[in-house]
Amino acid sequence: MRELPGSAAAPVLEVEDLRVDLRTPRGTAHVVNGLSYTVGPGETVAVVGESGSGKSVSVLALLGLLPARTATVTGRALLQGEDLLTMTPERLRQVRGPGAGMVFQDPMTSLNPVLTVGRQLTEGLRAHGPVSKAAARARAVELLGEVGLPDPGRAVGRYPHELSGGMRQRVVIAMALANSPALLIADEATTALDVTVQAQILDLVERLQDEHGTGVVWITHDLGVVAGIADRVLVMYGGRCVEDGTVDDVLERPVHPYTRGLLGALPDLATADDADLATIAGTPPPPTDLPAGCVFWPRCPVRGDARCETEQPPLAVVGSHDRAQGGDGDRHHRDTGPLGLPHRAATWCAEGEAS
Amino acid sequence: MTQLPTPGAAPAAPPPAEPLPTAAPARPRWRETLGLLARNPTAAVSAVVLVLIVLVAVFDETLAPDGPNEQDPSLQLQPPSWAHPFGTDEFGRDVFSRVILGAATSLRVGFLSVAFALVVGTLIGLLAGFYGRWVDDVLMRLMDVLFAFPAVLLAIAIVAIRGAGPANAILAIGIVYVPIFARVTRASVLGVREEVYVRASRSVGASDWRLITRHVLPNAAPPIIVQTSVSLAFAVLAEAALSFLGLGPRRPDPSWGLMLADGRGFIEQAWWYAVFPGLAIVVTVLCFNLLGDGLRDVLDPRQRTLMAGSGR
Amino acid sequence: MRGDPIRLALGTRFSQETYDALRERSGLDLPLVQQYLTWAGRAVTGDLGVSFRSGDTVTSLIGERLPATLTLALASLVVALVIALPLGMLSALHPRSLIDRVATVVSQFGISVPDFWLSIMLILVFAGVLGWLPSGGYVPLTEDPLGWLQRLVLPAVATGVVSGSVITRFVRSSMLEALGQDHVRTAQAKGVPTRQVLTWHVLRNALLPLVTVTGVQLAYLLSGVVVVEIVFSWPGLGQLAYQAVRDRDFPVLQGAVLLFALVFLVINLLVDLLYSRIDPRIARR
Repeated sequence: MRELPGSAAAPVLEVEDLRVDLRTPRGTAHVVNGLSYTVGPGETVAVVGESGSGKSVSVLALLGLLPARTATVTGRALLQGEDLLTMTPERLRQVRGPGAGMVFQDPMTSLNPVLTVGRQLTEGLRAHGPVSKAAARARAVELLGEVGLPDPGRAVGRYPHELSGGMRQRVVIAMALANSPALLIADEATTALDVTVQAQILDLVERLQDEHGTGVVWITHDLGVVAGIADRVLVMYGGRCVEDGTVDDVLERPVHPYTRGLLGALPDLATADDADLATIAGTPPPPTDLPAGCVFWPRCPVRGDARCETEQPPLAVVGSHDRAQGGDGDRHHRDTGPLGLPHRAATWCAEGEAS
Repeated sequence: MTQLPTPGAAPAAPPPAEPLPTAAPARPRWRETLGLLARNPTAAVSAVVLVLIVLVAVFDETLAPDGPNEQDPSLQLQPPSWAHPFGTDEFGRDVFSRVILGAATSLRVGFLSVAFALVVGTLIGLLAGFYGRWVDDVLMRLMDVLFAFPAVLLAIAIVAIRGAGPANAILAIGIVYVPIFARVTRASVLGVREEVYVRASRSVGASDWRLITRHVLPNAAPPIIVQTSVSLAFAVLAEAALSFLGLGPRRPDPSWGLMLADGRGFIEQAWWYAVFPGLAIVVTVLCFNLLGDGLRDVLDPRQRTLMAGSGR
Repeated sequence: MRGDPIRLALGTRFSQETYDALRERSGLDLPLVQQYLTWAGRAVTGDLGVSFRSGDTVTSLIGERLPATLTLALASLVVALVIALPLGMLSALHPRSLIDRVATVVSQFGISVPDFWLSIMLILVFAGVLGWLPSGGYVPLTEDPLGWLQRLVLPAVATGVVSGSVITRFVRSSMLEALGQDHVRTAQAKGVPTRQVLTWHVLRNALLPLVTVTGVQLAYLLSGVVVVEIVFSWPGLGQLAYQAVRDRDFPVLQGAVLLFALVFLVINLLVDLLYSRIDPRIARR
């Protein structure tokens, strides 16, 4: 059974005002600009946005996986109450694995080509406690079985290149789940896979989530996946959260012009009135040169409020379909989603349309 | 944080906007290249030193205090002094003057042999890369055979067959470097050949000659330029080795390699005799290598050229 | 062809009959193509002919010189790797640090220095000024182990520094490449200790290109150290080949060239074999 996320259970992950700057030859890139969200036990938060929106960097920063020479990370990121960003290197190492497991995007490159699958699985197991080789191997076989790899007993002895892309991704997932993490971060985990395999893997993650109560951060730019797996959605653009809320609120009653644009690109989720936003012209702003106002202003087809050009609209609770006035930050608004979560958006455009 | 240095791992940086594929390719912009090079202090200093060395080689007779074979029996094997900053040799000749006069020999052999390798190798690489198929197979297998022989030994063997002397040294060193230029050019051409602008030109009926000279060669040039600088370094080294073995210029012509060979016999009594010609070689070779590295950073970020030293 | 080998072999005073007899015996009166085919036919059976100069068989001459060259080449390779591995790794792990800058300067110098000049400088310092080591020569290991080692050190260092500089640059670049690969991040995300990440996910992968470079360098060391052998009077194949060039002793030269080509082939084969041992992607093909 999935635990019901709510105020009773302490959140697995609490991210507060996360900012990441990267030093590049073209100047400092403000890649993540004040991101805040929480993930409860058993909850799945989908982070969506185009490539370059800062999704991947925001999670790599959590686990200290950005190059230290070029990246500056500030803010707070409490994993089960412990701040990941101020941890000692050794503590951070201990947390990677049992605290938070990560599935990377490309199954072709995220496995070491010269070590067997079993070796790469047992390595993670044995890094976090005294486990004998035989026990670790047995557990590796068990894990590969859990992720649905046929003939796991033989698969442990195989090298990554002997497996198909889908099989490799299952191995990567098995590695991330090896230490039964409290938090699973999946970065475009199914993007490289075909639709059938993708569906299998989504099922698998949901099942494992039900069994272990794992909190999940699922990064994707595929809204179909979001609809299938997420409890909550966080829409990222230009390193900022432009809209978040329950999956129903965001997908069915999107407020921010960017979210509406994204949804319009997906025909079966699009509603009649935003069909003209089917594709968004232009490209995201370069993180080295972000606009002063709303990050989406340069591409925005709505431009409903002149303030957007010069001022950053705050992320505020918005009314849902019955158009109650939002923006007052009232977290106990009656129009919160089914899971008791507010629907927020960083825009003034909704107000202009409210009538 | 436990942080492994992870170069190139900046997944956030959005990919630079690709130029429109049908647009004409950006030609190597020479002024910009020179500007970038000037901002790389090592490469800039190397370039300046090389220019100085070339000037010394050109005006050697004006600059050298003494003639190449001016002997003074009373001054045999004198240590460095104000009159003879690099000392004198066993015939009382001024080592400083002979080092200056030797620059011309070294550079001439270096430049001419690399020019030979550049022309022949680039031509072979162009043909192999542009036409592919059997032309490629035949030419590149031939290059492989040539490449299989150790460079110095191949040069020695060529000189042995054709006789000692600067002309044969140039030919020998040139032949040794032909396969390297052929490989670099071929790889570069293969990268350019399938670019959209080449195919576009082909589709409007441009001749092979026009394609090669207007589109392929200019865009395949950067790695070849880098290779030229690096090869010059090794040509100077190879010339020194051949002269040292007595297979280059003949005594009493001033040559750095020959001076080393002679100075070696007096190493216990007169260290300066072998030290200064050697330093001249090191400085020249070092500058060509550093300039090559600088050029590589600017022109060939994908590092397609052979790294310095792999020709040894 | 310049220089008549028979004339060179016989010295200054000889009769026309002796000259003709030797010329006929050596097969030098036959057309070139026929000479070559005869030589090639015999070479396949292991008969490389007889030296014009000494009358010894080429096989025995080469056999005599091979151990010295092998010794020097392997010792140089050890020196090269001892320099290159730590220096290249450290500079890759700390790019743009002091150690990286020092390594870059040192390897640039090493690549730019003529090996024979470095040899002369080593002799000047260690044999001349300090008097710690002999300036050249060779004694077999079995006769005088200490003397053997003393005479091996300087030539091995001279060639090792040059090869080591080349390898250092490759170690650095292939380590940097390996460090940037996605699977390194995967390993870190598993919470594997840093040292283990470096050994199994960085070094293990950087090893692949390194094997190729080391093979090329060994081939160079086995056949290209002609000049260093001469400076140190090291009785190896390079010296034999050089002597053969001077004497126009073509059977010996041909034999030496053939051997070098064989060495090149054998080393390439070894590299391929080693590759299939350490890279599973090749082993299973």
